[in-house]
Amino acid sequence: MDLGALYEEVILDHNRSPRNWGEIPGAHHIDGRNPLCGDHISLSVQVDGDVITDVKFTGEGCAISKASASMMTQSIKGKTRSEAEALFEGFHNLVTGHGANPPDKSLGSLRAFAGVARFPTRVKCATMAWHALKEATGFGVQASGTEGV
Amino acid sequence: MATLTERSGLAVSGAGLDVERIRADFPILGIHPRGRPLVYLDSAATSQKPRQVIEALTRYYEEENGNIHRGVHYLSELATIKYDETREAVRRFINAESVNEVVFTRNTTEGINLVASSYGQKFVKAGDEIVVSQMEHHSNIVPWQLMAERTGAVLRAVPVTDIGELDMNAFESMLGPKTRLVALTWVSNSLGTVNPVKRIVELAHARGIPVLLDGAQAAPHIPIDVQSIGCDFLAFSGHKMLGPTGVGVLYARGDWFIRLPPYQGGGDMIETVTIEKTTYAKAPSKFEAGTPAIGPVVAFRAAIEYLESVGLDAIHRHEMALLEEATARVSALRGIRLIGTAPGKAGVLSFTMDGVHPHDIATILDQSGIAIRAGHHCTQPLMARFGCGATARASFYLYNTMDEVSALVAGLERVREVFA
Repeated sequence: MDLGALYEEVILDHNRSPRNWGEIPGAHHIDGRNPLCGDHISLSVQVDGDVITDVKFTGEGCAISKASASMMTQSIKGKTRSEAEALFEGFHNLVTGHGANPPDKSLGSLRAFAGVARFPTRVKCATMAWHALKEATGFGVQASGTEGV
Repeated sequence: MATLTERSGLAVSGAGLDVERIRADFPILGIHPRGRPLVYLDSAATSQKPRQVIEALTRYYEEENGNIHRGVHYLSELATIKYDETREAVRRFINAESVNEVVFTRNTTEGINLVASSYGQKFVKAGDEIVVSQMEHHSNIVPWQLMAERTGAVLRAVPVTDIGELDMNAFESMLGPKTRLVALTWVSNSLGTVNPVKRIVELAHARGIPVLLDGAQAAPHIPIDVQSIGCDFLAFSGHKMLGPTGVGVLYARGDWFIRLPPYQGGGDMIETVTIEKTTYAKAPSKFEAGTPAIGPVVAFRAAIEYLESVGLDAIHRHEMALLEEATARVSALRGIRLIGTAPGKAGVLSFTMDGVHPHDIATILDQSGIAIRAGHHCTQPLMARFGCGATARASFYLYNTMDEVSALVAGLERVREVFA
């Protein structure tokens, strides 16, 4: 048993103290839900031209979904839509086990989620915030069939 | 014919169940998920199956398979007999007056949908009220909402108290001249609360209101006597009581199945068909359109007989001993909040742990081969009532042991370590 592979210290830390927690008044709001488990995220995204200038979230969910949302907000702030889209694609590949091994360095701290690939039932937890971001900003990465409902 | 007890060697000692001998009947309990012995604490979701049921299913397909109620050949006749023998076994199991009060469905959900659709079509109009409760499974909420959308009826929900019981005063006050039906669960799948169904039926019947009971969590654990309870409808599922998936039961008292219009049309439910008009078969056939899950229905009889041979009273005592031990030891852990603490509840332990989401609890336990349920348990209104989006739930059945309770406790201690 190697739970460390899933619950990396950085993930536990973001679960305890999520970054960019809250709402941005007047910004674009999107609610993401996982109907299977009832987890949800409320994401506020401020976009200036093509750049994501600010992003915050609130919600309720497991350590994986909360930490993923928290680390996503850190990694996309200041990025263009297409840069954020590329990050999601890399992240998606990482958590579904389709990415490079070792993981692409461009993913930065998001590489902590590599262990999710060994827990197929938890992929949806890791990607919930990213799917909400996709809706909020309109970039398009298709959910894969392995993520379930 | 040898009784099941003789054939399977089941034995009940004075002190309780001979759990080791029962466990030997359940092949799946020997598997090692994640390299660890399986600790299956999710029987409220679905029970495991004894080899008697698995063998009955295999035997059906190897020796008895034919379509029912339509052929004159040997296999059709045999399958028809076997299928209807299960109906008689169900009648006996719930002490229904007649086999014509027993209809096979796919599951509890389909039984409730049948009543919502057929009863709604004939007896419900705009402004009428259907009484459910805050503790219902979504399957006893959504079918009524769909029916309310079609008819203009209104859904009212009995509130739940802090310990997880129905507020019976509120229930009584909700019953009025507009109430057309009461649809309540017998045992809560999330809390384990056993509702006072006999009292519920008395109160409703005193006002001429029929009652449907969701028996999904009751039938596996509680001796049922529908004539004593007096309910009009009772729906339950085979797969939660040692039977195969794909089989459910809808009981309807007396002439209800005669008064209700058909639910689905098709073969087997007709008397004569012309392009202009069809006359329907009598119940139960009227509500069993198309080829049903014959094999699973046939095998379901072995599940009923298994439960009868062990005895639901003995099973209940065993579950209560496990629940008592688990409740004491789990609630002694740091940061645990039990959800549902009604006296006399069924073998369900629902809880949250400070700072740890139930999904993370379940994932960590799963790494030790321990299967519990985490989530909203298809009872989102109830979760909202208790201010939590989800709980972790361990549920016990006849094959669980005190060692498995210890494994659960050790697993929860490990969760604490990971999330220290």
